[in-house]
Amino acid sequence: MIAIVDYGAGNLTSVKKAFDRLGMESVVTSDPSCVRKAEKIVVPGVGHFDTTKKVSESGLRAVALDAISRGIPLLGICVGMQWLFDSSEESPQTTGLGLFQGVCGRFPAEVKSPHVGWNQLHMRGRSILMDGISRDSFVYFTHSYRAPIVPETCAATEYGGLFSSAVERGNVFGVQFHPEKSSDVGLRILRNFCGILLC
Amino acid sequence: MLTKRIIVCLDVDAGRVVKGVRFAGLRDAGDPAELAALHARAGADEIVLLDISATHEKRGILLETVQRTARALMIPFTVGGGIRSLDDAAAVFDAGADKIAINSAAMKDPSLIATIAARFGSQAVVVAIDVKRTLQADGSGTYFSVKSAGGRDATGREASTWSKEAQERGAGEILLTSMDSDGTKDGFDLELTRVVTAIVAIPVIASGGAGTKQHFVEVFRDGGADAALAASIFHFGEIALPELKAELSAEGIPMRWPC
Repeated sequence: MIAIVDYGAGNLTSVKKAFDRLGMESVVTSDPSCVRKAEKIVVPGVGHFDTTKKVSESGLRAVALDAISRGIPLLGICVGMQWLFDSSEESPQTTGLGLFQGVCGRFPAEVKSPHVGWNQLHMRGRSILMDGISRDSFVYFTHSYRAPIVPETCAATEYGGLFSSAVERGNVFGVQFHPEKSSDVGLRILRNFCGILLC
Repeated sequence: MLTKRIIVCLDVDAGRVVKGVRFAGLRDAGDPAELAALHARAGADEIVLLDISATHEKRGILLETVQRTARALMIPFTVGGGIRSLDDAAAVFDAGADKIAINSAAMKDPSLIATIAARFGSQAVVVAIDVKRTLQADGSGTYFSVKSAGGRDATGREASTWSKEAQERGAGEILLTSMDSDGTKDGFDLELTRVVTAIVAIPVIASGGAGTKQHFVEVFRDGGADAALAASIFHFGEIALPELKAELSAEGIPMRWPC
């Protein structure tokens, strides 16, 4: 069972719906004991980095870290991916998980912010999550802050400079775009995530 | 590269797509869910569903329609029409919408934009603005007057000022409709689009007047629009999405194509 962590960050029905479409059992939950039992964890997110502090307050941060240490695959989406980094300029007092090093920052002033719409994935190195995804595939983004390029960046996107659109390290994955809104490309990425075994 | 978006709009009354649909091979041409899925397969970047009835009695039908349409889609899905409160918005999000569009209610109570954005994020709030060129009170010329309630009431607002205010209050996108161009098929109102895109930092969706592929080229190239929306030309198959996107690509406008 896939636990979609509900920490009050908006609307999670589309993430659940995407897993339904893949025939994968998933549950939207804010209950730490339910997340603890999950075979896979998804941390979705829309909106402000500040909302991720509710993950910590609800005890889900410790649960997520424990699950990761047990090899449970975890996927952060959008702000959920940024939460895997050290922090974000959007809410400097809120700490991320620090699994990827760096601070998420604003887009430079010369481009419109938020970055809304379909943009391309430029693949970097081997990736389990991006398996079968053609280079330069289009996915749907909507965000005002972006994660830096790190050694674990498996896909980068160009918008006011390159940023990390996907990161991957062991069983921990993050995507800045919304796979649940990215048509067939997004479905394939979620299917890849579903196929990832405990490691 | 970030692409320009082509958005297909479904005008829905009591759960049925109106403004006529002449699609071959559809089981039910008036069914929003089926039509939305068809456009998504053809290459639509987003779907907008506008409930034009929006009466209290029909809200239940709308939510059921939104639910079925959302289930058929894996691309962004916006729902507008008759959303007057946070509760109305929450019900539409619950039914599966990714964004809501608000128009008259935001003009009546601009704080509603911030209220919905605070709960669901700015990316989920589209402020729809219907504009009509109107004679200045002193007769010295025309201005872009914002209309509410399906274009019926004058509000005294000017399009670029209201767009800017909507952005400041937390709107994530502006859906800008020219009432003068709407239905004419003579092209988008490029001047209106330019005026608004120049003043806001958030994406602007141009709407009203699409009749040819060239109109889309113009609204992106000369109007500075981030997205263009049309309804009947797509429903009637006057413009096929794959051909439109191929032609825009060939003109050097970044498109999600092939997709």
